Amino acid sequence: MGESLFTKVWNMHKVKTLSSGQDQLFIGLHLIHEVTSPQAFAMLKERGVKVLHPERTFATVDHIVPTKNRQRPFQDELAEKMLAALESNTTDYKISFFNLSTAYQGIVHIIGPELGLTQPGMTIACGDSHTATHGAFGAIAFGIGTSQVRDILATQTMAMNKSKVRRINVSGKLQKGVYAKDVILKIIEVLGVKGGIGYAYEYGGEVIENFTMEERMTVCNMSIEGGARFGYINPDQKTFDYLKGRKFAPQGEAFNRAIRFWKSLASDPDTHYDDVVNIDVSDMAPMITWGIHPGHALEVSKSIPALNRFSVDEKATAQKALEHMQLKEGQSLLGQKISVAFIGSCTNGRISDLREAAQFIKGKKVHKDVFAFVVPGSVQVKKQAEEEGLDKIFEAAGFSWRGAGCSICLGMNDDQLVGDQVCASSSNRNYIGRQGSPTGRTLLMSPAMVAAAAVKGELVDLREVI
Amino acid sequence: MANEIKKITGRALRLAGDDIDTDRIIPARFMRCVTFDGLGKYAFFDQRFDSKGKALEHPLNTAKAEDSPILIVGRNFGCGSSREHAPQALYRFGFRGIIGQSFAEIFAGNCVSLGFPAVVIEGQSYDDFIKTFQSDPDSSVSIDLEDQLVKISGKKFPFQMPQSSLKSLLDGKWDSMAELLSNKEAIEKKYQELPYLNQFTGV
Repeated sequence: MGESLFTKVWNMHKVKTLSSGQDQLFIGLHLIHEVTSPQAFAMLKERGVKVLHPERTFATVDHIVPTKNRQRPFQDELAEKMLAALESNTTDYKISFFNLSTAYQGIVHIIGPELGLTQPGMTIACGDSHTATHGAFGAIAFGIGTSQVRDILATQTMAMNKSKVRRINVSGKLQKGVYAKDVILKIIEVLGVKGGIGYAYEYGGEVIENFTMEERMTVCNMSIEGGARFGYINPDQKTFDYLKGRKFAPQGEAFNRAIRFWKSLASDPDTHYDDVVNIDVSDMAPMITWGIHPGHALEVSKSIPALNRFSVDEKATAQKALEHMQLKEGQSLLGQKISVAFIGSCTNGRISDLREAAQFIKGKKVHKDVFAFVVPGSVQVKKQAEEEGLDKIFEAAGFSWRGAGCSICLGMNDDQLVGDQVCASSSNRNYIGRQGSPTGRTLLMSPAMVAAAAVKGELVDLREVI
Repeated sequence: MANEIKKITGRALRLAGDDIDTDRIIPARFMRCVTFDGLGKYAFFDQRFDSKGKALEHPLNTAKAEDSPILIVGRNFGCGSSREHAPQALYRFGFRGIIGQSFAEIFAGNCVSLGFPAVVIEGQSYDDFIKTFQSDPDSSVSIDLEDQLVKISGKKFPFQMPQSSLKSLLDGKWDSMAELLSNKEAIEKKYQELPYLNQFTGV
């Protein structure tokens, strides 16, 4: 019987069985940011414990960064204090920090891959639930709490239970205007927001294989929205080509040796999975969300289901969703007015996302009732976009062009919804209050769909306007 | 050991609703801080107060909330962000145990790291438990980890929890750092073995 990549990589990193029965798992790459790390460093200091392998932790600042004025000190004193804490902690413990002044700052899940820190066969942990993004490279990557950030800093290991593995085969041919974002929203619509609890998702099949690395990252990124802590894709030639020459990727002869190792990690053809799901996406329209969790997703051409179509489990939340969103059962979202359009986030803030949106927006104008803005995922993405003239395209259309960070995906900086504004958002979560206003309303979709909605001032079916 | 957690007993507060995410438990703007101190007052802030700071009707705003160590929730509680700020806020509000129908994975793990048991009563048993609770909402509820039972008004409801979580709470080893540190030699050996930390030699 063959083994999955998940099992191979897990076993390779297992240090011991702990007294609780959990595995002590070695973490090959630890990524930290300003929100979930300060308390971990405080605990280390309190206990007089050192960072065991500072060379395997890398830091960036992303959640609290203002996207308009990045001058220090920040206007927000609390944000300034958080960045100052990360600066002193990384200095004290000799941890590499891609701070604002460097060419590499950005959202933690964007910079890991673009720097080549993220590699197949690694265990990668970060105090951030979207860490599964790095699974696109065939790594076991997952979000952790602050106590585990402390444990990894102190021991380069953590206590963990191994998950089951569900293989998700995605087949068919995507229509024009349908993207990786739509595929993962479809997967979550089908399997639900609780479906992935206890599982690692292995994505495969022709659609996933044909995706670029950036598209694969978008898919893996939202595994947690389906309840799965891990999501990954077996590494292939595209993975190796992407990594070649990147700053922290193996160089020269070591790169060739690395490829041999990476190839050996892919799940064996005769792997027995704990579950297998097949999804055909051939006839699928672009996806949008209508409710208050990412499972409230539907094809834009369809209507919100009647309440009696929901199971007992889901009905109460669906009802609450309709109330919060000011929508009715059976209603279509086409024509829904929007007031904010956001392109960015660890889900869709990469160069290919910006290119897709820019291609649509070129020569068009943002609707007069819409505030639209683009937040590149990293300084490198921003630089690349500017070299290609994408910033000019966006600005000419009326978009605001910003600095790199998480921004209004979670509204920890000053980019926030006001009142019950409706935001067409390329981010990952539509929870109540997620974008900074308790009554704000979020509609998740692909960056190109956001661009189309920004122009029309309302939600449109992208297929009809391209 | 002082850290052993065997039983949580006291009044319980019920928070109805499923799929309550960590953004609702603690909105991101309250995470602009470098310590967990003081997070308790922000638990469910946007559900408890309107935009002018006026208190709304909410279970956590009742007098009973102040001396209820147990929180009763529904399905998929704690979904979303991995922020440990969420269980920290609930713990600092005063809760010491949570009973639910299911929990999101990262949230449940974070609870264990704080010595804060989150236990699951499944299916019909959950409905029966809620009925019993509602017939006398001020009665004392016990989460008994040794017996793996929730006890209320003379009735007993079995609960589920990963065996490793249960064991680490009962043994007082939910703070895993010391045990992890004790295996330093094995950690260093692993470091020497992993191909990507050793120039991919020997592969």
